Amino acid sequence: MDSLLTLDVTAVRGDFPMLQCRIHGKPLVYLDNAATTQKPRMVIDRVARYYAEENANIHRGVHTLSARATGAYESARETVRRFLNAAAPTEIIFVRGATEAINLVAQTYGRMHVGPGDEIVISEMEHHSNIVPWQILCEEKGARLQVLPITETGELQMDGFEQLLSDRTRIVAVTHVSNALGTMNPVAEIARRAHARGIPVLVDGAQAVAHMAVNVQALDCDFYVFSGHKVFGPTGIGVLYGRERLLEAMPPYQGGGDMISSVTFERTRYNVLPYKFEAGTPHVAGALGLAAAIDYLTALGLDRVSAHEHELLVYGTDVLSQVPGLRFTGTARDKVGILAFLLDGVHPHDAGTVLDRAGVAIRAGHHCCQPLMARLGVPATARASLALYNTREEIDALAGALQGVRELFA
Amino acid sequence: MSVDLPPHRAGVRGGDPGLQALYQEVVLDHNRHPRNCRAIEGGRQAEEYNAICGDRVTVYARIEEGVIRDVSFLASGCAIVNASASLMTETVAGLATADARALADRFHRMIAAAPGAPIEDLGTLTALAGVRMFPIRIRCATLSWEALRAALAGSPE
Repeated sequence: MDSLLTLDVTAVRGDFPMLQCRIHGKPLVYLDNAATTQKPRMVIDRVARYYAEENANIHRGVHTLSARATGAYESARETVRRFLNAAAPTEIIFVRGATEAINLVAQTYGRMHVGPGDEIVISEMEHHSNIVPWQILCEEKGARLQVLPITETGELQMDGFEQLLSDRTRIVAVTHVSNALGTMNPVAEIARRAHARGIPVLVDGAQAVAHMAVNVQALDCDFYVFSGHKVFGPTGIGVLYGRERLLEAMPPYQGGGDMISSVTFERTRYNVLPYKFEAGTPHVAGALGLAAAIDYLTALGLDRVSAHEHELLVYGTDVLSQVPGLRFTGTARDKVGILAFLLDGVHPHDAGTVLDRAGVAIRAGHHCCQPLMARLGVPATARASLALYNTREEIDALAGALQGVRELFA
Repeated sequence: MSVDLPPHRAGVRGGDPGLQALYQEVVLDHNRHPRNCRAIEGGRQAEEYNAICGDRVTVYARIEEGVIRDVSFLASGCAIVNASASLMTETVAGLATADARALADRFHRMIAAAPGAPIEDLGTLTALAGVRMFPIRIRCATLSWEALRAALAGSPE
């Protein structure tokens, strides 16, 4: 492959201090990227530099540092806007993470538009964070959840999507990529079909943004959410993208400083977008760290990242399918680099513990997808999830360690 | 009385004292061939569930005159859950309920002790002492004992 199109993984690995660490005396093989990604030096340094050299509150003081911090924070918002190709920075709301973003939409847009007997459509492969906020809303309003089922391979049953939509459907909330299966969902198609019935669509992009270029205008979704820590940024920062027209009409989520334009005891006027949804001092360092992560990722090139991860996925699928007794959960045609599996006669937690002793970090459990696990008929799965810095050698280390797991429990 | 962890065969665990301590032969054997893995009709039963990992154990007990006459379990969980439940049923069968509760306390203390602390000799249960080196797996070992406690609680039959 042309080197211009190929990711220089050795150089990339050098950017991530955590990848140099050893676990139980073995080099770390970090394959739990769907849980959280490691951070490049640029992100760590950016957060440190803010606290060491730029720390001040934003949107408040007249002093130099406050103006500088405000500028940096708003420039981070612009970085996120470009990353998602949103039409305007006013459509980018900084939140704590994808979970808070979904709760925000459920508690503002949802409370405003959902009433008794109404319906909210989600899918069978949703993370708890895209189930529970809607259940809370349904409980409060006397509304109902409608669940789009999945196929045996772990794809949405799109044939049944239209039948699920009704005159009572108020919103469709679906994940862009399944954290437990790796399935990439046809969210543009979902938005097209839902919009044909006048129904808005929220897309949970937590598992997508680190692995593919996302263009919210091309997807034509109404809300898009993601967490910074899953895209090489800090924890505690995330993004809600919302179509301006919808955000304008929504009531505030939380009240406090920054989200107001004037307050008297008789009446408060709310601030304009995006500040209406950012009550209190935000996670400024987090926003700057997230922007640094996005700059890092876009400099590498998301096309290159996607190609590298796809090549690893194909390689990993091949190598792991040669492990006797291993069965994949999630074999969709369009997948990101998630290899979820079961090993005959071995519980995923035991596999996880033995792999850990070999320095291989994977996730074992229900992946915050208990309804999906119930659908698959398993209590838990083991999951290796890839990111841009993973290598074929690491896949080989996983496969080798899995042989050891089999021997131990044979 | 305190004991050392028994020696182990080589293999995957060779060179890894942690894995050797966690997955003792006795533990692997009880995982592969769990004893008393069945339901008991008409007796007491209680289920314990670990929400963090989804492991689930139901313990069944038939108690007569304050003595555990029959005890069994059904589980969905890892090797430690299965082996601990299996070893538990073998150990408490025939015990007075008060003695079984006391043993549950001693077992919990042994499992949750600091890695370097002396290991109390609890017979075959001592095979699970290595769990103390894996704090996140402690609940796997204690789940069936919690279920036993719950099954024993309440009015005597």
